[in-house]
Amino acid sequence: MARIDLDHIRHSYLSSPKTDADFALKEVHHQWDDGGAYALLGPSGCGKTTLLNVISGLVHPSRGRILFDGKDVTALTPEQRNIAQVFQFPVIYDTMTVFDNLAFPLRNRRFAEDEVKRKVTETLEMIDLSDLADKKARGLTADQKQKISLGRGLVRSDVNAILFDEPLTVIDPHMKWVLRSQLKQLHKRFGHTMVYVTHDQTEALTFADKVMVMYEGEIVQIGTPSELFERPSHTFVGYFIGSPGMNVFPVALDSDTARLGSQTIDLPGSVTTEKGAKTELGVRPEYVQLGRAGLPITIHAVEDIGRHKIVRARLEGLDLAAIVPEHGEIPADPHITFDPKGINIYANSWRQDLRGRPWTETGTTRPGF
Amino acid sequence: MDRNWNNKAWFLVLPMLVLVAFSAIIPLMTVVNYSVQDTFGNNQFFWAGLEWFEEVLHSNRFWQALGRNLIFSGIILAIEVPLGILIALNMPKKGVGVAVCLVLMSLPLLIPWNVVGTIWQVFGRVDIGLLGYALASLGIDYNYVQDPFDAWVTVVLMDVWHWTSLVVLLCYAGLVSIPDAYYQAAKIDGASRWSVFRFIQLPKMQRVLLIAVLLRFMDSFMIYTEPFVVTGGGPGNSTTFLSIDLVKIAIGQFDLGPAAAMSLIYFLIVLLMSWVFYTVMTNLGQGDQR
Repeated sequence: MARIDLDHIRHSYLSSPKTDADFALKEVHHQWDDGGAYALLGPSGCGKTTLLNVISGLVHPSRGRILFDGKDVTALTPEQRNIAQVFQFPVIYDTMTVFDNLAFPLRNRRFAEDEVKRKVTETLEMIDLSDLADKKARGLTADQKQKISLGRGLVRSDVNAILFDEPLTVIDPHMKWVLRSQLKQLHKRFGHTMVYVTHDQTEALTFADKVMVMYEGEIVQIGTPSELFERPSHTFVGYFIGSPGMNVFPVALDSDTARLGSQTIDLPGSVTTEKGAKTELGVRPEYVQLGRAGLPITIHAVEDIGRHKIVRARLEGLDLAAIVPEHGEIPADPHITFDPKGINIYANSWRQDLRGRPWTETGTTRPGF
Repeated sequence: MDRNWNNKAWFLVLPMLVLVAFSAIIPLMTVVNYSVQDTFGNNQFFWAGLEWFEEVLHSNRFWQALGRNLIFSGIILAIEVPLGILIALNMPKKGVGVAVCLVLMSLPLLIPWNVVGTIWQVFGRVDIGLLGYALASLGIDYNYVQDPFDAWVTVVLMDVWHWTSLVVLLCYAGLVSIPDAYYQAAKIDGASRWSVFRFIQLPKMQRVLLIAVLLRFMDSFMIYTEPFVVTGGGPGNSTTFLSIDLVKIAIGQFDLGPAAAMSLIYFLIVLLMSWVFYTVMTNLGQGDQR
């Protein structure tokens, strides 16, 4: 169990990287608390797995240092770092029994055999494989194999951190839910520092206390699920979190108003951005209100997804999504207004603070998503 | 369960059946035919029953040739399989080195058997061959034409040179199919180099190794051309393997009956040994997989 410091980590798979585009990890500089449950969320190819492998020591970063509890471990091997890692696809030792598979990392570290037996038995019970202990691992189902992989990650109780690299990809949906809650329980019980890589927002948001959203080799936001939802600090977070994602419109800013085509939108505060910056207004579909007054839109589709309806429309020639209650009325001559507390302003894709907002930035509640 | 068999489907198998009949079944039956008959020329044959089989099974010459064959196959399996695995393990996994290694490894396999024999026959000669000359100038008394041990060394070396590549290529194919995650997991688990080999690489290579061992056993047990070219079965009978002896009896002495009986026995031995290898090796892996 350890606090993990990532000190200006940059990594490139090329031998002599020149531009920023050559780096799989552009710059990661963060501190992860001891015993925290973190999720790394992002699309494929954004550098999640690279970052995870940098932490476990499978990949040595081109620049920067990694510290566990303040001790520099950058040059250490995965074994010396004492890390557990679970991979996307089940890795099992075919010729060994399930018991021996779990015992393998312990025996390699020369634990006494009675301690091995105690720990393995305990872990097998946790992952619910006790009755298969003496079976050869190769005959098992994909679910069971991945449980073995998880088990090998959990069997060492003294590890500095447990890293999960999309571990539930190959698992059946209902098993996913069971395993995820087991992981969550294990985290509560043993307090390991856990890092969980996924591209599935539900998985990330249910597992972690803090979610890190990665985009093109950078961590663009670290926050609680509600922070990611209410105040996406980068337009990518807006798109990526939430379903459907945030509406983002290119606007021209004039202190406390935004001009979108021929329409003017009042902002809840004033903002100044540097000259020439690309300015955008972001508003989540949950904060778009349909009515008879406001900005005129043309609706081209309504998706009824049971709990509510998603209205797909066009505003000044731009696509817009709005969420209306299941039994909400859709007027014949539709207009929309934006809930002021859902309005975010972006300059060059990064969120800008609005001065003079009449409400606090913290303590907002998260609508169900 | 009632099923409608479409008997017309047999017509689709017919071309293959005809082909196999001409290439395998008819020749085999001819051999069976010869093996139970005797002839004194003039194309007249007499029924001989199992006489030839008894003669072959009671001849020292047959058992000695069989023994030499078994020893030869044992030696080359013991050398080529571990050596092949070792080379495959040390071959590069990516980069230009892969293509270079694969081409180098394939070269011996592309050379016809009789040419391999000729190469080594010249290579080993003390007067003009590089190997023979080098050994002689080092003061080692090497002469594969006169010394049975030297003849064996030459034939074994030649086979190792010719066929280890096959084992290497098969093992390499097995090795590159192992996902990176296995090696990464092994590192995380703190596995030693030996454990990685024992618990990841060897199990993953098991299927291709089975094929490699089967192919190398069958080929080496039936070896003919190379020793025939290099040593001609000599000195004396020291490198006379079953196939060489068989050809001597059939074509040299024209004893068709004993030769036919011997080929059938030979064939059954190859079949039996291959079956044993196959059963043992598949059972080894799947042990208690149920």
